[in-house]
Amino acid sequence: MLDDFFIRAIVGGIGVAVVAGPLGCFVIWRRLAYFGDTLSHSALLGVALALLLELNITFTVFCISVVVAMLLMLLQRRASLSSDALLGLLAHSALAVGLVVLAFMTWVRVDLMGFLFGDILAITRADLMMIWFGGVAVLIALIKIWRPLFAATVSYELATAEGTRPDFANIVFTVLLAAVIAVSMKIVGVLLITALLIIPAAAARRFSKSPEQMALIAIIIGVFSVWLGLSGSLEFDTPAGPSIVVAALSFFILSILPLPNLKPRNQFQKIEPAKTELDSETP
Amino acid sequence: MLLSLENAGVYKSERWLVRGISMHVEPGEIVTLIGPNGSGKSTTAKMALGVLKADEGKTYRRQDLKASYVPQKLDVNWTLPLSVSRFMRLTNKASYSEIETALSSTQILHLAQKQMSQLSGGEFQRVLLARAILRSPDFLVLDEPVQGVDFNGEVALYRLIDDIRHKLNCGVLLISHDLHVVMSTTDRVICLNGHICCSGTPANVASSNEFKSLFGEHALSGLSLYKHRHDHEHLLDGQIDQSSKSKSNLKQNKSEKNHALRKAKNA
Repeated sequence: MLDDFFIRAIVGGIGVAVVAGPLGCFVIWRRLAYFGDTLSHSALLGVALALLLELNITFTVFCISVVVAMLLMLLQRRASLSSDALLGLLAHSALAVGLVVLAFMTWVRVDLMGFLFGDILAITRADLMMIWFGGVAVLIALIKIWRPLFAATVSYELATAEGTRPDFANIVFTVLLAAVIAVSMKIVGVLLITALLIIPAAAARRFSKSPEQMALIAIIIGVFSVWLGLSGSLEFDTPAGPSIVVAALSFFILSILPLPNLKPRNQFQKIEPAKTELDSETP
Repeated sequence: MLLSLENAGVYKSERWLVRGISMHVEPGEIVTLIGPNGSGKSTTAKMALGVLKADEGKTYRRQDLKASYVPQKLDVNWTLPLSVSRFMRLTNKASYSEIETALSSTQILHLAQKQMSQLSGGEFQRVLLARAILRSPDFLVLDEPVQGVDFNGEVALYRLIDDIRHKLNCGVLLISHDLHVVMSTTDRVICLNGHICCSGTPANVASSNEFKSLFGEHALSGLSLYKHRHDHEHLLDGQIDQSSKSKSNLKQNKSEKNHALRKAKNA
C-alpha cells in the first residue's frame, strides 16, 4: 500500500497534522507565530548544510532549528533590538544564507521548489518512519509537559511562583517545535510550515471551550486539510504545501462565518460535573 | 518560619528597584506591604516567591513550601479558550467538588463554566483568589487582591483571607492600598518606598512619622465615622443572601468602613 506515492504523502501529512495541531495551539496562545516562521525559514539553511556535509536532511534541519531557537532566546534576553526586528532579521538572513549556499553548490542538483513549497513525490518510507515515530515521541513529550507548559502560557510568573518549573517546559516545547518543523518540511515546504501550525489551531478556536479541546479540534482540522489539500494537489497538479494551506484556510474562513449555531454555548449551560474531563486525584 | 529575606535587593535597568529588604513570614500571620506606586511592593513579593532573583542579600524559603500567588495583573487573551473551572486547575489537580467549594467561598460558583476572557475585573479577582485558596497553600501572596471588587465584596474577601490563614495556618503576604482594612487585620505592616521605611504592628506603624510623611497625616482619619449596619447582603448573581440576615452581629465589625451618610441621616 505504501508503494503508492500518494498514500505515502497522505500518511505522512496526517502524521504531521497530528503533532502540528496541539503545538500550533501553543504557538497561537503564546504569540509565537513569527518565532515559528523564523525557525522554519532557517530550515533551508539546514538543508544547505545537510547537502554540503552529506548528512540526513531532516536531522540536520532539526539541529539547525534547535540552534536558531536557542540563539533567539539568548538574543531576546540581551535585547538590543526589539524582538520582532530580531526575528525578522534572523528569519530572512537564515533563508538568504541558505539560498546562497545552495546556489554555490553547483554539483548538487536541488529541487528548490520542493523545499520551499513541499514535494509529495519526495516522501520515502524512511521519511514516514521518521514522521510517525518522531510524531509519537513529540506527542508523548508534549503530554508530559502539558500542565507546566500551559500554566506558563497563561502566566509565567504564576507558574514559577507555584513551582511548576516553566523554564524546563519552555525549552522542551522549543525543541518539539523544531522537530515538527524538520519533519513537516518535505510535506508543506519551508515557507508554509507556520501556516500548517497556526491555521488549523486558529480555525479550532471558535469551536473550543477548553485548551485540550482546541488542540484536538486543531488536529482534526489539520488532518482534513492535509487530505483535501493533497487530493487537490494531485487533481489539479498544484504544489502540495500551498494546496494544504489553502484547504486549511477554507476551514478557517468557515469558522469565522457568522453562523450562530457554531458558537460554543458555554455561557448558557448549567454547571454540570463533567467528570471525564477532570482529574480525580486530589492535590 | 516560612521564608525570610535578608538585606535583599533587585537590580534592573541600571537601578535598584528595591534594596535592603529584610523581612520574614511565619505560618498563620498576615504581613502587609504598603507604599506608594513604584515603591517596590510587587517586586518584593516576587522576590519572596522566587519569581525574581535577589541580586544582593539572602533569601530563604522553607523546603517544599507550597505557595499560591494572586498576581497584580494577569492577561488571558481571547485566543485561549479557558473556562473558570479549567483555570482553577492551572497548576494543580482538583476534583470538581473542591473547585465548587473554592468558587463558593468567593461567591462566584455561578461563573464556573464562563470563559476567563469574559469576566469583569472584579469577577476575575475573585477567580484568582479562589484558585489561590484551592491549592491549600502554606504561603499565600496576594498582590492587590481586591482591585475592581465592589465595596461589600471587598470586606467579605478580606474576611475570607483572614479565615483562610486561620484554617490553613498559612502565612499571607498582602499588598494593599486599603489602609483601613490593612490596619485592622494585619499582624505586621511593612511600609516600603524602595527600601523599608518602617515596619511593625499596625498601631506602631500608623503612629510613626515615616508613615505620616508617606501617606499624609489624615490617611487613617475618618475611620470612626464610617459605621452603619446593613440588614441583608446581596449575592453576586443579584439574589439576597438569606443566611446573611441572621448573622447581623457579625456585620458590626465588618461594617467599620461602610458609608457614613446613611448613619448621619438616621441619627
